[in-house]
Amino acid sequence: ILGNGKVHYLPYYLPCPKIFSMKLQYTEEKLIQLFPQLFYQQPRVLAPKRQDVLTVTPWLAPIVWEGTFNSEILDSAYRPLNLTIGVTAFAIGKYTRFVGHFLESAEKHFMKGYRVNYYIFTDNPETIPDVQLQPGRRFVVVPIKKYPSWQEISMRRMEAINKHIAETSHQEVDYLFCLDIDMVFYNAWGPETLGDIVAAIHPGYFNVPRSQFPYERRSSSAAYIPDGTGDFYYGGAVFGGLVKKVYEFTKACHMTILTDKANGIMAAWQEESHLNRHFLSHKPSKVLSPEYLWDDRKPKPPEIHLIRFSTVAKNYKEIRN
Amino acid sequence: RRDVLVLTPWLAPIVWEGTFNRDILNAQYKQKNLVTGVVTFALKTYWFFIEGFMSSANKYFLAGHQVNFYLFTDNPEHISHLQMAPENQLFVIPVWNHSQWQDISISHMGIISRYIRSQFQYEVDYLYSIDINVQLFEHIGVEIIDTLVGTISSWQYTTRRERKSYETRTESQAAIPKGEGDFYYTAGFYGGSVAEVYKLTRACFKGVMKDRENGIEARWHDESHLNRYLLYHKPTRLLSPEYYWDEEL
Repeated sequence: ILGNGKVHYLPYYLPCPKIFSMKLQYTEEKLIQLFPQLFYQQPRVLAPKRQDVLTVTPWLAPIVWEGTFNSEILDSAYRPLNLTIGVTAFAIGKYTRFVGHFLESAEKHFMKGYRVNYYIFTDNPETIPDVQLQPGRRFVVVPIKKYPSWQEISMRRMEAINKHIAETSHQEVDYLFCLDIDMVFYNAWGPETLGDIVAAIHPGYFNVPRSQFPYERRSSSAAYIPDGTGDFYYGGAVFGGLVKKVYEFTKACHMTILTDKANGIMAAWQEESHLNRHFLSHKPSKVLSPEYLWDDRKPKPPEIHLIRFSTVAKNYKEIRN
Repeated sequence: RRDVLVLTPWLAPIVWEGTFNRDILNAQYKQKNLVTGVVTFALKTYWFFIEGFMSSANKYFLAGHQVNFYLFTDNPEHISHLQMAPENQLFVIPVWNHSQWQDISISHMGIISRYIRSQFQYEVDYLYSIDINVQLFEHIGVEIIDTLVGTISSWQYTTRRERKSYETRTESQAAIPKGEGDFYYTAGFYGGSVAEVYKLTRACFKGVMKDRENGIEARWHDESHLNRYLLYHKPTRLLSPEYYWDEEL
């Protein structure tokens, strides 16, 4: 009963007991102590800057759009905390060609003025270019094995991130973002994105009713989301938060992915379906607008004032081979 | 809600009717098994408000969740038998009588911080200080629960910062320099995690005592100190003026 006919699965029946029994010692969470004196325009209660979009979810999590926040205020509170922000990105097979551009653009726009650790997961460490980084920023190549199909590679990301947090990054970073590598930063991505659990709205579905969200609709899948439910369609290319929360969340997703495997089914959009299922029952504490996860093939609508992070045009057939 | 600001420039949500779904929030709150405390003062003639406040708060404040009410009063005899909901508890704490009204309001912060340290921190996760001369007419639920919460005053939410009631004399610890200030918060409803409320009340009380030493009294007493504190320790969540509406308006 293979759910998708064409895709072949590697049998994997047991979850990784080694990881799941680990008790991690995280570094103490750094909380904002003080907002230093700063002069800025007074916020006006009756004059919201963005009236065209939803800026708060029904569970009172902010939805981050240009105009909703003041970078100066946020930087003044976050910079003194000496945070280290981690970034994971997977460059498997031909995807290593995206690393250079990704890193160069991240150096220009991602968390400027903060310590950043880039963790590039790859099956081909020699092909990773040497990119010049700003002081306080470093990159680490994480060798992993390559799976035969692109779907498998995609879904194994949860497990790999989880394992890596347990083995390494939980002691090295405060916040962790898991990003797709075939993307480029075009504008600032700063501390407005920091939160306990952070998800981003998929650019293809921010303007459509939830009945049209490509959730997994087969009830036999662990990623099943029934009709009439669902908040947003979150993109699998961007998620993050406190490293502790990302650990919990990637573990939960990996478990549901394994459950589906054991039942011979693969969710409609691989780990993105599982991510959406998880975020429905464990709502993110902060949501990023599609400015933070854009698709260059789409025309820019008026609601998107700024594109910060977007896909690189590519030939999917060629690259996934 | 498109007509009002629902997010501060530091991304703290401002809670207005229509911005939240209480069912979702209730489900999240219930999972965490939390206890919330309410602290209120009924000193001198304010004993008159006890009945109205307690019966409405018992019915409308975090209905269905465990709430500890801490009532500070110099008139404990005036507490008629108040029926509390099964999840709620009332603790009556007798306090000394003060001669001046100012004196009464000033020591609130001191009393609260002292009691948090000796008692409340062991009994509640979140703590809110609410003026006793209010009556709740609508449900106030878990949408108010966050780390540090201030309420925008219904008197001043449209005024420009230069004309807000901030203390401006630099000799006072509560002074807010010209050109600064986000909102004018009311001392009638504020709170948060017990740790944060401790820091807030302690800082304000220290400011009050320092001012006293220097022979100065802040323009709006506790409230002036609260506003200064919340400028430099910005709330993680704000309540709109809907949450503390002064009937006189």
